[in-house]
Amino acid sequence: MTMTSATIAAPAVRRRSAMTQLTITELKLFTRGRAAVGLGLSVGFPLLLLIIFGGIHSFNMPVRNYGGLTTLDVYVPILLVFAMASLSLVAMPGTLAGYRELGVLRRLKTTPADPVRVLAAQFAVKLAVAVITVVLLLAVARGGYGVAIPRQIGGFVVAGLLAAAALMATGLFVAAVAPNAGAARGIGAILFYLMMFFAGLWLPIPAMPQELQHISHATPLGAAVLALQNATLGQWPTWLQLVTMACYAVTFGLAAARFFRWE
Amino acid sequence: MRLIARCRDAEGMSAVIEVQHLHKKYGDTAAVGDVSFTVHEGEIFGILGPNGAGKTTTVECIEGLREPDRGQISVLGLDPQRDRAELTQLLGVQLQESRLPDQLRVAEALELYSSFYRDPADWRELMEVLGISAKARTPFRKLSGGQQQRLSIALALVGSPRVAVLDELTTGLDPQARRDTWDLIEAVRDRGVTIVLVTHFMEEAERLCDRVALIDAGQVVALDTPAALAERVETEQRIRFRPSVPVDDWLLESLPEVTRVTHKGDAVVVTGTSKALNAVISVLARNHIVAEQLRVEQADLEDAFLALTGRHSSTSEGTGTHAPAKTKG
Repeated sequence: MTMTSATIAAPAVRRRSAMTQLTITELKLFTRGRAAVGLGLSVGFPLLLLIIFGGIHSFNMPVRNYGGLTTLDVYVPILLVFAMASLSLVAMPGTLAGYRELGVLRRLKTTPADPVRVLAAQFAVKLAVAVITVVLLLAVARGGYGVAIPRQIGGFVVAGLLAAAALMATGLFVAAVAPNAGAARGIGAILFYLMMFFAGLWLPIPAMPQELQHISHATPLGAAVLALQNATLGQWPTWLQLVTMACYAVTFGLAAARFFRWE
Repeated sequence: MRLIARCRDAEGMSAVIEVQHLHKKYGDTAAVGDVSFTVHEGEIFGILGPNGAGKTTTVECIEGLREPDRGQISVLGLDPQRDRAELTQLLGVQLQESRLPDQLRVAEALELYSSFYRDPADWRELMEVLGISAKARTPFRKLSGGQQQRLSIALALVGSPRVAVLDELTTGLDPQARRDTWDLIEAVRDRGVTIVLVTHFMEEAERLCDRVALIDAGQVVALDTPAALAERVETEQRIRFRPSVPVDDWLLESLPEVTRVTHKGDAVVVTGTSKALNAVISVLARNHIVAEQLRVEQADLEDAFLALTGRHSSTSEGTGTHAPAKTKG
């Protein structure tokens, strides 16, 4: 009965590691079926909005209320967080809750692959798509409509990553507490619209009444949009903006870790 | 060599799985009361019982998915909880009601799962053996029930396991697919894999299993070969035939092996001990009577199951009208 533990020889030529294979698989699955619709909306919708807004003449004129920025300048960060929020809140929770519902995660527990790696693969794929989309949107905004590229690149990257962390933690939390895939999609969609409202999608933050502006500053995407705006203009995001996003990331991240069920 | 080894195993030579006094409660309900059994190397071991008997809970403890409240489990000398990482390399699992992502294709699933293992089987060959090569590029959602089941078996075997636990393998399959799957399981066993088969189909257990543990209400009520289990309840035999000429009841009733003679139309129904058939045929032959349309009703695993679990006991004569004594395996 002792034949097993001592016979491990390190494989000389390694095939792809489990993590690499899982990530490749998640990427492929993201381009198919229902998931592909989520992918298309996350990338395509902000891009479409950018092109439409860019084509409106008045959106390219400086607005006094916006501190001399054009409406398009104000909207670019909003469209960036739109892509990130769509990936994290609409696409991810349904997929993960679906995996639990179908028994995919439970099945993985019986293999040497820890199901935590599926979450890691999901993060990797979503983050990669988010980065590509952000770069694409910035390139189109700059090249097509002359929107200034962020002058404070470091601050811009930090703000973007914190926003992504806050959104993914929230998405993971939704996947953790939702009883099934349908509920996860529903809750994710509601949070998406709510957060995008406070990010200024329908009414940019500077145009909001004072009370709404206060609430907006305390939401993850309100803080994110202002932080990205600051970085675009060449300033570091304020500590309050960064701490606000970090708080959401940590709180929802811990809550998700606490409540996540594998089966 | 393997055959010899397997014969010796039947004498208890090498245990692959040992379960001792397993207890598992969910809240206040005991799912598994006190389960003990040993699985030998190279055998197909059946865990048979009605729905909700505790079969799945038992194998989930073996797989390490659930932690027992009490009792010991050893799989290939490993503790399913403590040695989880090593166990998953050696134990292939097919879960009841576990699916794959809808859009995942057959070949992708196999390639993915094979990347998890230290020493995986050739997944292309496995696909061939299981007859799903033609479906390599088909997404899981578009596979038939039988094909999904085959893929599920392939995934259980892709890590070259020494033991495979298959839960409700053929549930939901049509009879042909079920028979094909049975052939497949025998082929897998012939490759040297020890198999634990959870089922509620008598026919499946009878056909495939070397030994069967009958579980009811969280207890092992019997543990033996399917034939030996059937014999246990084979206290009575019913012989039905149409005599070529009318036969005097007295002729049959005088036999010590016969307990009762009744008539159903032209047919005579003789009830007696397991040796009644020989006696009846002999006496008929001596009197130059031919027994036409002769039929003998004998206990099978189904009867054993009914008798031992005390289910349906009122509907069938001879399988015990009172609750059977429970014997711990």
